[in-house]
Amino acid sequence: MFRRFIKNKTAVGTVALVLIIAILGILAPVIAPNDPYKTDIINKFASFSWQYPFGTDNLGRCILSRMLYGIRPTLGLAVLTMLGTIGLGALMGLLAGYFRGIIEEVIMRVVDVMLSFPSQVMVFAVVALLGINVQNVILANVFIKWAWYARMIRTGVMQYRERNFIQFSRCVGTPERFILIRHLIPSIAADLAVLSSLDVGWAIINISTLSFLGLGVQAPTPEWGAMLNEAKNVLTSNPTQMIIPGIAIVILVSAFNLMGDALRDVLDPKEVAE
Amino acid sequence: MKQYVIKRILTAIPLIIVISFVCFVFINLIPSNPAEVALRVRQVPIITEEAIAEVEAELGLDKPYFIRYITWLFDCLHGDFGISYVNPSRTVAGELARCLPATLQLAGASLVMVILLSIPIGFLCAVYKDGIFDKVMRGLVFITTAMPPYWVGLLLMWLVAIKLDLLPTSGNGSWQHLILPAFTVSLSYISTYIRLIRNNMLENMKQDYVLYANVRGLPQKQILIKHILKNSMHTCIVAIGMSIPQLISGTIVVENVFAWPGLGTLCISSIFNRDYPVIQTYVLLIGVLFVVFNLLFDILQTISDPRMRKEGM
Repeated sequence: MFRRFIKNKTAVGTVALVLIIAILGILAPVIAPNDPYKTDIINKFASFSWQYPFGTDNLGRCILSRMLYGIRPTLGLAVLTMLGTIGLGALMGLLAGYFRGIIEEVIMRVVDVMLSFPSQVMVFAVVALLGINVQNVILANVFIKWAWYARMIRTGVMQYRERNFIQFSRCVGTPERFILIRHLIPSIAADLAVLSSLDVGWAIINISTLSFLGLGVQAPTPEWGAMLNEAKNVLTSNPTQMIIPGIAIVILVSAFNLMGDALRDVLDPKEVAE
Repeated sequence: MKQYVIKRILTAIPLIIVISFVCFVFINLIPSNPAEVALRVRQVPIITEEAIAEVEAELGLDKPYFIRYITWLFDCLHGDFGISYVNPSRTVAGELARCLPATLQLAGASLVMVILLSIPIGFLCAVYKDGIFDKVMRGLVFITTAMPPYWVGLLLMWLVAIKLDLLPTSGNGSWQHLILPAFTVSLSYISTYIRLIRNNMLENMKQDYVLYANVRGLPQKQILIKHILKNSMHTCIVAIGMSIPQLISGTIVVENVFAWPGLGTLCISSIFNRDYPVIQTYVLLIGVLFVVFNLLFDILQTISDPRMRKEGM
């Protein structure tokens, strides 16, 4: 599998790009040229220069520094959302697919109801209910997305639980926990990796949208969506302020989308052979 | 056939009831007392126990849970969704009715754009597969799926309205105001359906009936339009139909960018003002629309597709 990964240029390229962006985010305090919160009113709307490589915004803050610091909330919150979603979805899906019976019935009915709700509206409703806060944004996104994962993982478990290798394992008296952790989870991990990398892109757009509307990360914090919200107010006087955060979001989301497609090829060689 | 339709309608009813129940429970999960919130929102200076009790009686909050749900449900069926916390002189139904036309206008225009743009482009992409047009379109489709809609809105606003000064930036009033927001809403759907139609057509091209039509010596144009496009449109029309409620709910973000006075703007301002009855009714409305449109187009598909009709029976 590793060899296939190395051979797949898109997979290597996108993973490398995302890693570089993540490292830039972690190292932001070291590499950022300026303090992202320091205002410099005299130099507001400054153009590209050595001191401010991407110029300054409406309060004279360094856009490059804000972009670098912004990686943490933007990418970090999206990854956190996906971890929560996969965790909850996997737990519910495994419970439903493995134990069957009444547990499955209850979980799957809840999943049906969750899936019949319009997801975008639900995010707003949950944020409205819990209050405008970053944790609540993550909770809202996990809340609307987990059902997809629960259903997918349950289907995966149902597919594999009757397979010979698991039947055999059970025959020789392997404990159920071992079957679950060593047989079932690795079997569905490939699908999970593909789907979740596609959905990180979705989460980035969703969280930045909430921040843009003022419902997520709040103003002085340099999150890319929140930065675009500030840029919106000065659209007529300084349109360049909205270009860089927007392009950054597009690049990051595209990277995750491409990564999802590439991982599918890497992890599922059958499809490629067909 | 009739049986199938009845069965589908009957399964939709419990779903709507569950949705209404969730919406009701939702508003009752608020950590703070709704009566207190209402008082605070109305900017009553001193909140006393009596004032809270008074508002509770006014809003019917002093009755048991289940009874409140039943009364609420019946009120909803009569079109009475309660009164706004922020402005007690206005009913929620009135507020929604005020904002609904603008949103429907926007969603309708977006739907027209989706159909007018995605079908011809998808068709051309499939016909000239791997040609320059197809490659450019595939690139555009890929980029647009990664673009947040609000950023697209800002870009269009800047480029078309400010730089080129062709269209107004925001607000509503004339058809010129409609173009930019409608295009922004429809963009992500357009790219989805271009892909869907293209792939459907390519799939259909491999089918035996196309080979047979070719053997019969029918002109290419006729095969492409009368056979392949017609067969590919089937799933697309159903998919587009089912996405209408999504289109309506998808206007939330775009309305806020373009200051479009519709449901989305109302919803966001209600979230900021903690006007829970408005949010609740909005979620209920969209949820019911989802179920109804899914049902409608599901039945429509079964009626129009002979293969499905047999299965349905």
